[in-house]
Amino acid sequence: MKAPAFTYHAPTQLKDALQLLADLPNARVLAGGQSLMPMLNLRVAGPDHLIDLGHIEELKALQSVEGGVLTGSMCTQRRVERSPEVGEICPLLRDAIRHVGHQQTRNRGTIGGSVSHLDPGAELPVAAAALNATITIASLRGERIVPFSDFAQGYLTSCLEPDEIVKQILWPKAPKGAGTAFLEFNRRPADFAVVSVATQIVLEDDGTIAQSSLALGGVQGAPLVLDISGLSGARTVHEGFGEDLLRGLDCDGDELYPAEFRLEIASVLIGRALSKALAQARSVAHV
Amino acid sequence: MFDPRPIKLTVNGRAIEAVVDSRMNLADFLRRDLKLTGTHLGCEHGVCGACTILVDGASARGCLMLAVQADGHAITTIEGVASADGTLHRVQEALSRHHGLQCGYCTPGVVMTLLELDQDREGRALSEDEIREALSGNLCRCTGYQGIVDAAMELFGSQHSSQT
Ligand code: FES
Ligand code: FES
Repeated sequence: MKAPAFTYHAPTQLKDALQLLADLPNARVLAGGQSLMPMLNLRVAGPDHLIDLGHIEELKALQSVEGGVLTGSMCTQRRVERSPEVGEICPLLRDAIRHVGHQQTRNRGTIGGSVSHLDPGAELPVAAAALNATITIASLRGERIVPFSDFAQGYLTSCLEPDEIVKQILWPKAPKGAGTAFLEFNRRPADFAVVSVATQIVLEDDGTIAQSSLALGGVQGAPLVLDISGLSGARTVHEGFGEDLLRGLDCDGDELYPAEFRLEIASVLIGRALSKALAQARSVAHV
Repeated sequence: MFDPRPIKLTVNGRAIEAVVDSRMNLADFLRRDLKLTGTHLGCEHGVCGACTILVDGASARGCLMLAVQADGHAITTIEGVASADGTLHRVQEALSRHHGLQCGYCTPGVVMTLLELDQDREGRALSEDEIREALSGNLCRCTGYQGIVDAAMELFGSQHSSQT
């Protein structure tokens, strides 16, 4: 189908965009459009006003900063994918972004758009959950900074108020000796993930696990962070670890991929992702 | 409701000025207003790749972009790929030689994707896996993809596909 009628706005300054968002009834912001345009074409979204953020230069930044990589909300996925710096500073972001959509959509799709949209099949929210990325939110009332754990509230739902947008996201720098992995299950490469896993493991000098974090997508409405601190001090991840971890967990399901199926896939992916991240951490550390 | 917006862009090197309704997508603008009907629409929600065009040299879904968003940009469509005298581009040649098209509905999109792949590889030979991944955003209901992959392998591949 075709998009319904709306009034289009193309501000060039962030403050003008925020003003429009605060003043106009039933307005939505357009980032890269790779999720919102399908929703408009399918008429599941019907805003009266569309505020295109594509002309606001200050939202397009991609820079390495003290704490990690800072991506403006309108920085494209493709730019992040192609940045060698991102791979060095935040390897999990690089791992995840390779799975996002197709090249044709990564060319226009933005980091902020994907993180704010919070589709359970999307990869970037899962990576943001595993790393607990820091989100800067802007409105006319000012800025506030929230950890991803507070940002994501449920299925397609963030903590954004109607007059707020995501301004930038800080992806924390991987500590020395970190290994990462992002794995997902889908029927065709580059489709939405049915289940995805993001993990980062940091080793001690003696080769035991110092810190680890893991998030799952496609299991509940919002990305789910699992506590795997039990791995601290271990050298390997035992067989069946994923299964133990998921026992008793509430999981969403649908006709195509019921809950039991998702959980089984998740437990396998968890095992694979942890071994992969561990092997990678070892090869970096040479231990 | 009509929300007219003036836009200026280039399409296949030609400077265009037009007024578009803000809700019109770029593929529809190309097809209806410019009569460039080589760009096809299959799903209209970003899944099939039939509408793939190049925006400043980078592939994009024509159905997921508003025509107003093309303001100030350079668009390339399938009509801009062959030479003016009708000589096919080598990507088109190869697709034809390998029977990489049957009904041709997906072909304009496939060609645009392969043009971008050629640019991005910077002369590097690609594996069949890389080629298949690059093509994963273009659905074809006719060929079973083998002819398309064979054509791409001949042009950019590290070895010729073994499954011909
Ligand atoms: S028509 Fe655009 S992707 Fe299908
Ligand atoms: S040739 Fe018919 S869809 Fe590809």
